[in-house]
Amino acid sequence: MTTRLVLKKLIDAVVLLAMVLVFNFFLFRVVDHDPLAKYRGHSKLSQAQRTAIIKRFGLDGSKWEQFVRFVDRTLHGDFGRSFNSTRPVVSEILDRLPNTLLLVGISTVLTIAIGIRIGIRAGWQRGGRFDRISTPFSMALYGTPEFFLGMLFLAFLGAKLGWFPTGGVTNPAAHYTGFSAIVDRARHLVLPVATLTLGYLGSYSLVMRTSMLDTLREDYLTTARAKGLRDRDVMRRHAVPNALLPSVSLIAIGFGFIIGGAITTETVFSYPGLGLATYQAIGNTDLPMMQALFMFSSVAVIVFNIFADVVLTFLDPRIRVGA
Amino acid sequence: MVGLALMTLFVAMALLAPVFANRSELQAAAGRNNPNLHAPNGKFWLGTDEIGRNVFALVMWGARVSLYIGLLATVVAVVIGSVLGLIAGYARGWVSRVMLAIDDFFLVLPFIPLAIVLALLLGRSPTIMALVIGGTFWAGGSRLIRAQVLSLRERGYVERATALGASSRHIIMRHVLPGVAPLIIANASLIVPGAILAESTLAFLGLGDRFSPSWGKVLEGAQASGALTLNAWWYYLPPGLCIIGIVLAFTLVGNALERIFDPRLGDR
Repeated sequence: MTTRLVLKKLIDAVVLLAMVLVFNFFLFRVVDHDPLAKYRGHSKLSQAQRTAIIKRFGLDGSKWEQFVRFVDRTLHGDFGRSFNSTRPVVSEILDRLPNTLLLVGISTVLTIAIGIRIGIRAGWQRGGRFDRISTPFSMALYGTPEFFLGMLFLAFLGAKLGWFPTGGVTNPAAHYTGFSAIVDRARHLVLPVATLTLGYLGSYSLVMRTSMLDTLREDYLTTARAKGLRDRDVMRRHAVPNALLPSVSLIAIGFGFIIGGAITTETVFSYPGLGLATYQAIGNTDLPMMQALFMFSSVAVIVFNIFADVVLTFLDPRIRVGA
Repeated sequence: MVGLALMTLFVAMALLAPVFANRSELQAAAGRNNPNLHAPNGKFWLGTDEIGRNVFALVMWGARVSLYIGLLATVVAVVIGSVLGLIAGYARGWVSRVMLAIDDFFLVLPFIPLAIVLALLLGRSPTIMALVIGGTFWAGGSRLIRAQVLSLRERGYVERATALGASSRHIIMRHVLPGVAPLIIANASLIVPGAILAESTLAFLGLGDRFSPSWGKVLEGAQASGALTLNAWWYYLPPGLCIIGIVLAFTLVGNALERIFDPRLGDR
């Protein structure tokens, strides 16, 4: 039963990924019918250069031929060359990927871990002292654009107090080795990670709190209490596991927002990852780069979602029986 | 109540912007003779930006741009979401399945990258920005409405109308739509803050109109001009606090509406 469900989820994933491919082509070749017009200095190109570029970016032939070629190239990992640097887009992305993985990875884990804890505590004793402080705090964080938070950190903790560097990943003036190199890198990560974590903490803790409140109304909690279980055990063994389930899929959807947040956070701190690359691609109207970045982030979010779905099928027996 | 008061304040700001500041103050030339990045004084209540423009004028007019884009985007998102949600909930068979697949797809696509791509390809005027945001923001609402329609369809009065031979169109307009309308309204008031945040993000990334700046665009200017390291707090604090305020205002009002329309939610 479970295997069949997992298989079904995987098929869903393949369908979604195929839709991403078609949608990408639609956006970049149909909505934007003349991509070459965005090529820098396109009006000064000679006819020969023009033909060469059209051929290089696979823009010749009918839309259908273009589509087949586009799918073929994409599946072979060929995303073309950047309009800006003329390097292959894939190498541009691979160069910056580790930085972003580090930033988004740490922030996602921190946001989920801290946000869920806050939500559980606030929901368990609604109207209590913790809830009265944490919920307005979560609301305020939810309403704050993460880049504004980052700007405040940069201005006060970075520029004014000088506690942390204001940008980049390493100190270019110093050549650290060994342990001090790691410390230098960590110091550059503090503000971006704090920004991205706090920027999305609010929505996670609010979702978890609501989920807790819904669970607290269930009959099985009354039963657990009636059995004479200690309050702690009722919360840890009965309320929390059930309240976590609906949040898993919301957490997965939230991952898409964290990716969006990484774009602005990296921009604020000039942190050379995929987010800053997105910002630069906007500035340069670098379509091949933008297309690859968009495809890349869509695939990351879909994979993350499918992963959450599969985890959920193992965690929640109701899904296995119900479907 | 706090939400409603804040909301009134921001709407008043947007409506009264021309009274307090002339539109021409937004032009690049407006600050020619003013000191650049000057701290607040009697003439410039919120100081000036890096080309000498009056930050107070930027913030007042920013309310107008941010609200316009946020509200128009919400209307677009609500219309798309409601229509698709109604069809997906009411139709059966493959229509319903295809709608659900499209909905799933838009729900899972990372929103900001998609909006960036659309804005990059389509243009940057406030109206286009609103269409772009609205066009990518409807999937959650459509899902909610579909669920509500599914449950309404099983109710006695809809079954009775079907049995009497009423057309689908009649049933949707007369029986289903009134049932989902409160949900649509509550959902709309919760889309507004998301749309305003999205707009400020896109503007911050350089996808805004330079001469009708929203608050996000003002923040982009602050970031790019080095106001952060120069400690020019009057340039970046006001627009940032305005974004937080307006998002909270709409969220609080939205939550209150949701509670009014769905008493089962109780006092959260």
